[in-house]
Formats: sequence, C-alpha cells, structure tokens
Amino acid sequence: MVSITQSKDHPVNGAPRSRMARILDSDLFYSFRRSPVAVVSAVITLAYFLTAGLAPWLAPYDPFNAASLDLMDAFTAPAWTAEGDSRFLLGTDDQGRDILSTLIYGGRISLIVGFAAVAFSIILGVGVGILAGYVSGWVETVIMRIADVQLTIPAILIALMVDGVARSALPLEMREDMAIYVLIFSIGISDWPRYARVTRGATLVERNKEYIQAARIIGIHPVTIMLRHVLPNVMGPVLVLGTIGLALAVITEATLSFLGVGVPPTTPSLGTLIRIGNNFLFSGEWWITLFPAVALVVLVLAVNLLGDWLRDALNPKLR
Amino acid sequence: MALLEVRNLRVEFPTRRGVLVAVDDISLEISEGEVLGVVGESGAGKSMTGSAIIGLLEPPGRIAGGEIRLEGERIDNLPYEKMRRIRGAKIGAIFQDPLTSLNPLYTIGRQLVETITTHTDLSEADARAHAIDLLSEVGIPAAERRFDSYPHEFSGGMRQRVVIALALCVNPRLIVADEPTTALDVSIQAQIIALLKRLCRDHGTAVMLITHDMGVIAETADRVAVMYAGRIAEVGTVRDVVKHAKHPYTEGLMGSIPLVGHDVERLTQIEGAMPRLTEIPTGCAFNPRCPKAFDRCRTERPDLLQTDGATQAACWLYDRETAYV
Amino acid sequence: MSELATEPLLKVSGLARYFDVSRPWLARMIERLPRQTLKAVDGIDFEIAKGETFSLVGESGCGKSTVARLVVSLYAATKGTILFDGVDLSKLHTRTDIAPVRRRMQMIFQDPYASLNPRWRVADIVAEPLRAFGLEADDAARRKRVDELLRQVGLSPADADKYPHEFSGGQRQRISIARALSSNPEFLVCDEPTSALDVSVQSQILNLMKDLQKRLGLTYLFISHNLAVVYHVSDRIGVMYLGRLCEVADAHDLFAKPQHPYTRLLLDTIPDLEMTGRERVPVAGEVPNPINPPTGCAFHPRCPFAEDRCRQEAPVLRQTESGLAACHAVEEGRIPATEAVTPPQLP
Repeated sequence: MVSITQSKDHPVNGAPRSRMARILDSDLFYSFRRSPVAVVSAVITLAYFLTAGLAPWLAPYDPFNAASLDLMDAFTAPAWTAEGDSRFLLGTDDQGRDILSTLIYGGRISLIVGFAAVAFSIILGVGVGILAGYVSGWVETVIMRIADVQLTIPAILIALMVDGVARSALPLEMREDMAIYVLIFSIGISDWPRYARVTRGATLVERNKEYIQAARIIGIHPVTIMLRHVLPNVMGPVLVLGTIGLALAVITEATLSFLGVGVPPTTPSLGTLIRIGNNFLFSGEWWITLFPAVALVVLVLAVNLLGDWLRDALNPKLR
Repeated sequence: MALLEVRNLRVEFPTRRGVLVAVDDISLEISEGEVLGVVGESGAGKSMTGSAIIGLLEPPGRIAGGEIRLEGERIDNLPYEKMRRIRGAKIGAIFQDPLTSLNPLYTIGRQLVETITTHTDLSEADARAHAIDLLSEVGIPAAERRFDSYPHEFSGGMRQRVVIALALCVNPRLIVADEPTTALDVSIQAQIIALLKRLCRDHGTAVMLITHDMGVIAETADRVAVMYAGRIAEVGTVRDVVKHAKHPYTEGLMGSIPLVGHDVERLTQIEGAMPRLTEIPTGCAFNPRCPKAFDRCRTERPDLLQTDGATQAACWLYDRETAYV
Repeated sequence: MSELATEPLLKVSGLARYFDVSRPWLARMIERLPRQTLKAVDGIDFEIAKGETFSLVGESGCGKSTVARLVVSLYAATKGTILFDGVDLSKLHTRTDIAPVRRRMQMIFQDPYASLNPRWRVADIVAEPLRAFGLEADDAARRKRVDELLRQVGLSPADADKYPHEFSGGQRQRISIARALSSNPEFLVCDEPTSALDVSVQSQILNLMKDLQKRLGLTYLFISHNLAVVYHVSDRIGVMYLGRLCEVADAHDLFAKPQHPYTRLLLDTIPDLEMTGRERVPVAGEVPNPINPPTGCAFHPRCPFAEDRCRQEAPVLRQTESGLAACHAVEEGRIPATEAVTPPQLP
C-alpha cells in the first residue's frame, strides 16, 4: 500500500540505539553522575555485594571451620593496637575467630536475608496491590483493609510473632536448617502492605489510562493486562521503595538476630555478631561488637541514601 | 510611547545538553488599551514570552538578552520584591487553570480585599465595596452573598471570572492572559471572551492574550503576533493576519483550521511538526516544512520584513533583494 | 435523516448508563446521605449507516464519551440495546462469542500520551490486536503487517523499533490509528481524536482519517466538542446535553437550520474566523450538575423559550423540517426560524 502522508518529523536519531548507550545517555544516569552522595553510596553498596559474593575468596579465614580455630587466639585486639596481632586485622572474638572474616560472612547472611525478604515482600505486595487496584470492588476492600490493619502494628512485632509461630510449628530437628527461611518469610510478610499500597495507587492511575482501555476493547484477558501492561508501569515507585526496604529489612534482621530469634549462631549475621560482642563490651573487648555495628550502619546508610536519591531522581516534580 | 515595549528578548534554558533558546530575539509592543494576541502551537515560546514579561519564568529559565519596558521603565532586571509590587499594581495575570491564581484556603472576598488594600490606599470597607462591585461586574450572580465563598465552591467558569476580577481589582495597565479560556467549555469560553473584551474596553486596560486558539484571537485581539519556534513569524492587525496571511506558516495554519460553512474535502496541511528546541534548523526555523523555501531560507535567518500586504513577516519572500532575483 | 435502504451498521436504542457516585457506605451511614446516581447517558437512540460518519457533540459532562465507551463494550449498558450489524452486543457473554465483533470495531483515543503503553515498542503496540485475534500466522507475517500499517498512517517501518516517547503527539496519534486498523475493523469509535493536538497537526490527522475512510470504507462514530471539526468530518450529527440527545440532523441541515435552542447556543459560540464582525451574544448560565439535573427538559434553566411544560415534561426526539429535535418549543412552533450561520465569504 502506498503511504498517504509521509510525515517528515521523525526524530533525528534514526536507528534505535543499543540498550547500554541509552542507559548512559539517560537523564537518570546523568542525575546519578551529578550526585556525589549517590555515587558514593552506590560504590559502598556495590562493595558490600561484591564482598558478600566473593566471601570465600576474600576472607582471610573460614570462621566456621572449627578445625582452624585456636582458642589461644581468642580476644586478640585489632592489629594496630598494642596487644594486636598482624594475622588478625580487626582482632578475634571469644572463640578465636577472625573478626574481619566473620564480618564478611556475616554481611553476606544479612544481605541474603534482606534481599530475599524484600523480594518476597515485593512479589506479595505488588501482586495483591495490582489485583486490588485493577479489580476493585470487595476484593480491593478486603485486601486493603488487611493491609491497613497490619500497618497499625509495628513491622518488627509482626516479624517477631510470625517468626515465633513458625518456629514452634516446625519439628525440632528442622528448626536450625529452616531458621533462615523462617526469618526471610517473617520479615517479608511484615513489610508487604507498603508495597501493596504504592502498587495499588499506581495501578489506579494506570488502569484509567487509554492504553489499558485499548487492550480491554480487543478483549485481552485481565490477568494478561495486569502482567504485561500494568506491571511494567507500576514498578518504578516499587523499586524506589524496595531500595529503602532493603535497608529496613537488614535492620529488622539484625534486630531479630540481636534478640536471639534470628539466624542461628553457627551462621551469624551482622546482628548476631553485635549480640555476641555485646556481652564483652563492658569487659573491654570493644572490637567484637563495634566493627559489626559499623558495618551495619554503613550498609544501611548507603542503601538508604541510594534509595533517597532514586526517589528524587524519578520524581518528575523535583526534576 | 507604547505601554509595553519588548526589545530583542531572549529566554534561555540551560540544560545538560547545552543551552536551549525558548524565545529567540523577539520584539513587540503593546499600546495603551490595546489587545495583542500572541498565537502559536505548543512549543512556540508564547507562554515563555508571557512569563518573562510578568517576571515569573520558572528556573532554570532566564532572560538572557534584550529588555522589557513598562511605561518606559525597565522591568526585566528588577529584584524580585520590586517586580512583585509591579505585578500587583501595574500588571495583572490570568492563567489557564484558575485554581493556580486562587488560594484554596481563603474566601475569594478576602483574597480580593487583601490584593486591593496591599496595592492601593483604600480602607478595608472601601476595598470590600470595590471588590463586590467588581464581582458583579464580572458576572458573579449575588456577588454580596458569594463574597465569602471559597474557590472550590465555584464552577470552572465562575472561578475564571473571579480570577479576572482579581487581575483587574487594582486597575492594572496591562493584563497578561495565558490561555484563559482553554480549560473551559465552549459556551463558557464565549462568555469569558466577551467579558474580557468588555472589561478591558471599559477600564482601558491593555491585554496580552496568549493562546493556541486562532478563534479566540479573531474574536478578541486588535493585533496579533504569530510565533513559531521561539520567534515571531508574522505580526499585524488581526484582520490582516487572519484574512491575508503572508508568512507561509501563518497561511498554512489558517488553512488547517476547519471552518463551519467551508466544504472542503481536505484541509490544508503543513507537513511535519514544530521542531523541538534541541533541533531547531538553521536559517529560517520553518524552512523544512515550508512549501516555498529556497536556498537562502536554509542558511540565513530572516527578521521581520514589511510584506506586500499590511503585515510584517519574518520571511525572505518579502526581502526586496531576494524577490527580484 | 437520510433514507437508508440497508440495515444500519450500528443501531442504538434506549441506551442508558448510570454510575453510582455515592459516598462510601460508612460515610453515608454517618451523615445519613442517600445513594446518588449519575445518569451519564439517559436513554438515547441513533443509527449509523455503513460508511458514514456520525458525530456526537456537546460540552463536557454531556455523556458523549460514555456513549463511545458503551458502544465498544468498555462499559455495560444499564438499559437499552446496541445492535452491531444486527447482533445484540448484550447477548454476547463468552469471550469467544464477542471476539468476532470486537475485531470489527476499534477505538481511537483523545490523549496520545496515555493511549500507548510507554514500555512497549511501537511494533508490539500495533501488533497487539493481531496477536489477540490470532490474525497473522507468525512473527514474520505480523511484522510485515505492522510495517504496512505504519506506512499506511504516514510513518516509516523503521519506527516500529522505537518507543512512544520518541514521537510527537501527532505521530503518536498515527500509531494509535495504526493499532486500531490492524485488525481490519469496519467501524471506528473516535473519542476526541484531535482535541489534544495543535491545529496544524489536527489537520494532518483529520485528512488521514478521511483518506482512510474513503480507502477502507470505514464507518466512524466521532466524538468531539469542536463544532468546526465536527462540521468538517460528519455526515450526520447528534447534539447531546446532560445525557440526552437534543437534536439529530444531517451536518449541513444542523448548521443551516438549527432547531433546538441548545444547538443554536452552541453554534453561536463558534469563533468568527471570517472576521464578519458578527457580535455574539453569549447565552448566560452553565451546564448544571448532572447528579442533580433539572426536571423536565434539562436545558430549561438556560433556555429563553422555556415554559411550564418544559419544566415538567421531558421532551422526546420528534421529526422537524431538518431532522429530529427534542424540544417542546420547536414542536409547538414557538421558536422563530433562525437564519443559517453566516455563509462563508472566501477571501
């Protein structure tokens, strides 16, 4: 068929550019480069993830290998202090484990739990949020009222409660193995209402847009519309929330572990390490609790600042 | 002396991809009591010109050159506080969305009285009487009773009337009206246009009427400036521009408006779209879309020239040297 | 109304759509408020013949967009029937029953920035109906069809790989049209397709739509508030006010011999681009709140010819010299004949 009216106003950049080129040229990346805080927090966060991923190669010792531990090394102070030992940069704990190595492994557990919990929250929250926003009616009322009720209770209490119930429901011999999954589940379940609310709000906006109507007119199945049309367009705010949520989840995990209901001491997370070290704080072995605490604060701060920047960068009103 | 004089105004937006020029070297003037229409499609720079004149350019936009004079005095380089006083006393503003001009937390009466007492010597009681007079003048029924109503208690058309009253309450010399009727229904639009016309005639206020709607201009304006890609393409009396457009863009624009009673199978169409600010062509910005473009149009930028009609157009067709070639 | 030998493509009778706009249950109980119903469309009848353009005009809140959405089954009708090519749409319940009808009618929307999914490539957007109705055998065939459609609306096949944000408003509207045409429909519902566009772009789109109609034999239901646009595109026009049709006539007759006082009001609002110096007398008043419409004829509070009967009894569409009008005053011959809108004087 011949063209009727050949318009001349095509954008000048004729061929579609590669994905990478587009990202590097995007406003988001520009705003990222222009924000030193964002760059620094991104670098720190990335360093944590890399360290966690490469823990077996980076850590000087394997702190969980009982054979390599020597009780004679217990309570060694950091290397730069008078009583320090050059083999243990950040000193050792009560069992002679290298603090640096436990930190690296502990950070890994914290990140795994935090990440998995956030992923769980997002899947659950976004799922019911889209459903509530798109379907509306009593489905929406029920889902959102449950979310409202849950939001009136502090997340940490929910996590504590779920964690307790799940543990007592499990047979004794499985508790140790399942502890980490229980933890992920209980943190995840405590945080879904925030994602559900944001998703529902965004879905309500998208639902009334004409591209959704165009899909409905040709009889696309509602589930397909929710997955292929709505989902990609509501993920922006969810990811911002998820970044900040990661920091929150790490803190929740640390709190639970600090309270002794988190991961078992055989696979300590940062929270567990702080709890263990706390016992020795007053006897002068400050390094056992201080370094995990600093590691936790820096991680949470970096992730939070990154989340803040992302929220501002994606907010059209502030641009 | 003209009431408002704009000379070689240039408005820039620094962005990371370089400086964008939203208004590029435009000059215009408005006489006492005159209605100047500024018409153009989205992105033509008409609103930017208006914002520059009332000193409300949104950062990072800035006036990068030229000057704006009101009653002979420069107002483009005034400090914020001084400009604010001029905005209250000598220049009124009407925007597309009446809610941007009204504070939702105060009654309309209070907003009117406050504006009047700030900028005049009237007492509270006199200001109130004046405000009620104005409200009935702009066609608010039972003005005395509606005086203590909040903006949300009015319909869109009524709100725009209130905004007009607010703009007129201190008898400004000039009103800058940016798309004042665009958000309104056609029947309300007609009411507001008629009202604006009558009031400005009665009060002797000059109006700069910024709109994309040629119909509104034809009804209201005395003279009209057609803008394209940050420049004035053509300027003249409204009758000359509407009926005898000389610039190929204005000509195309007029032909592309469907008219009742004109039975044409196809409308005149200008191919393409207004260039983005990042992609303004060299020479005449209209040359890639212009059916009459020749070599000079692609290299050299025309300024306003006297046409063979009554208007002035920024088009090389009306340059004597070129025309005789 | 023009005499049609054949069966109309679309026949709408007694169509109504009410919306429940009550406050939430708890608020109603506490403040003792009754349920509230918005009668967006309240019993309208019209027919559209094959190949013609029927327009609905009116101000915001008159229900014209609701009619468009009822016709394409985005809303279910509260009352009345919609017959498409003799098939009663309300009788089709299963997805498979409706699909053949859906393929034959498509819609073009007002806002070119909201009508395309920003995360999808143009090729996927245009091919969505093809996939939904299983119209092309494989990806290659679909892509070929997409290229053809893009060319048909004045874009280039290279545009298929781009995202919507890379296009101007007019180009997006072309993509929207390409998507609507992809399932080879006979009937297009166009809801204010040009009111978000600049005039020079509006003329491009209107020309394109007319060309396509001629070439593909399309039938249009055209919704607009712009009388000049409606005059330009329509064969017949229905004027709506507060959920009802107040006048239906051939385009020329409607503008030459408007019957209903509201139609006359609307025509008087058309800007005088001919520079005839015609002084307009804008009619006072505004459209009342549709939740609480006036009794009798909804237009009576603004109507200079209103009498007691108009305040009590809602008029129905009746034959007049130029079409159909729902007005007691017209029926009783109380309204003086108007002259036509000033005839054009070409420069």
